[in-house]
Amino acid sequence: MSHFLELKSVSYAYQTMEAETLALNNISLQIEEGEFVSIVGPSGCGKSTLLNLICGLASPNCGEILLKGKAMHDMAMNIGYMLQKDHLFEWRTIYSNVTLGLEIQNRLNDQSKKHVNQMLKMYGLSEFAAARPSQLSGGMRQRAALIRTLAMEPELLLLDEPFSALDYQTRLEVCDDIYSILKKENKTAILVTHDLSEAISVGDRIVVLSNRPAQIKNIITLSFDPELTPLQRRNAKQFAPYFNMIWKEMQENE
Amino acid sequence: MSEHERYVLEEKKKQWQIHLAQIGLFMLFIGVWEGAVRAGWINDFIFSSPSRVAKTIYEMVIDKSLFVHIGITMTETLISFCAVTVIGIVAAVLLWTCTSVAKIIEPYLVMLNSLPKSALAPVLIVWLGNDWKTIIVAAASVAVFGSILTLYTSFQEVDQNLVKLIYILGGTKKDVMRFVLLPGSIPMIISNMKVNIGLCLVGVIIGEFLAAREGLGYLIIYGSQVFQLDLVIMSIVILCIMAVLLYQLINQLEKRYGK
Repeated sequence: MSHFLELKSVSYAYQTMEAETLALNNISLQIEEGEFVSIVGPSGCGKSTLLNLICGLASPNCGEILLKGKAMHDMAMNIGYMLQKDHLFEWRTIYSNVTLGLEIQNRLNDQSKKHVNQMLKMYGLSEFAAARPSQLSGGMRQRAALIRTLAMEPELLLLDEPFSALDYQTRLEVCDDIYSILKKENKTAILVTHDLSEAISVGDRIVVLSNRPAQIKNIITLSFDPELTPLQRRNAKQFAPYFNMIWKEMQENE
Repeated sequence: MSEHERYVLEEKKKQWQIHLAQIGLFMLFIGVWEGAVRAGWINDFIFSSPSRVAKTIYEMVIDKSLFVHIGITMTETLISFCAVTVIGIVAAVLLWTCTSVAKIIEPYLVMLNSLPKSALAPVLIVWLGNDWKTIIVAAASVAVFGSILTLYTSFQEVDQNLVKLIYILGGTKKDVMRFVLLPGSIPMIISNMKVNIGLCLVGVIIGEFLAAREGLGYLIIYGSQVFQLDLVIMSIVILCIMAVLLYQLINQLEKRYGK
């Protein structure tokens, strides 16, 4: 049986005139459908590069990436990617920002519009549909960016520190929001972060990467009560031991 | 009266004082000029005078020749300005599309941009004839290379994260142009237009100095040759007004679309 997403000994190096910088070294990883995987590692270790490879913005130098058992370019799987910042276009309204992806792919029709309107309503943004991004708070902007991503109905969601630009309180709220949305729709997601608590509070499994060139140090499967929200997980009794374990794992990197 | 009302009144008063001072400065200048001529301190044959300029304007309005000259200069300026705007944007987009071509021709563009365009005018007269074609091409050549370079540079500085976003959403380079590059560059394009309109006016006047039988530039040259300084000063005054009006036109455009 093939995995939902499989990385087979993937390596990637950046080329410049001065040198070749190896960013990822021999990464192998399997992810199943509906799983929420957190990837943690020291900053600058190549976490974002890994996401760029998975969504096809760059191709690995060696190794291969299989989606549902097929090579990337054979199968145009719909992959959503959320960046650190919301990158909403100031010259567009919130509504035309969230429909940007649909517009690019010529998929803006009555059905998709209805879906977008539904989501705007659900996440409390419908009254801001005609507003400019600068009129919204950080948390609302990030939710708009999430709607923009979900409007494409992605099968796989890549999250590149999507909460790092938010203040702490908003961060916990938006994190809860996004987690419940993804779980409800049974989406497969990969979260990249350097925030250990965040990784533990949402992940089913934690992948720990080493310093650059990144290798997989360890993969830890977390067992929490599936009913818990990320915020509740932070108070669960397993949380602190997991945190210490992964913290130690990261320290050994040095 | 509330604190806020007092504040608003105070601010309005300040604005009025500034307007009054501006008008006062103008009146003072005119008054001193006219007075100096009347008192015989300066020679009005060489320096003209406000009353002589006004008389010249009046005469030329009556025989309608003034409107012909203004119309010609205005038309030539607007045509060359439109040409510069269109060519500038299209060329900058093309260069942005083909990076290797851009790298190859960049030094040539820089060279053409630094070249004093008045040096081209005699060549253009030979090639295009002693008429409006030369003037428009000369005027456009003053602004067009700088415009291409400025726009191309600003296109290169477009936020790479926004470009990445378009690719993530499944777009192509064409989508980057349509959704990021052009809409994001509108403030830059308009501020470039502000520079261009002034440069085009400069180019048109240079062109009219050399190859025209009509227009304000021609009036200036003609007036100085036949020693009618009233004509020269009048043309300069009208050019001042014209420059302000054209600049205001772009300013209005900026207020509507630039923000």
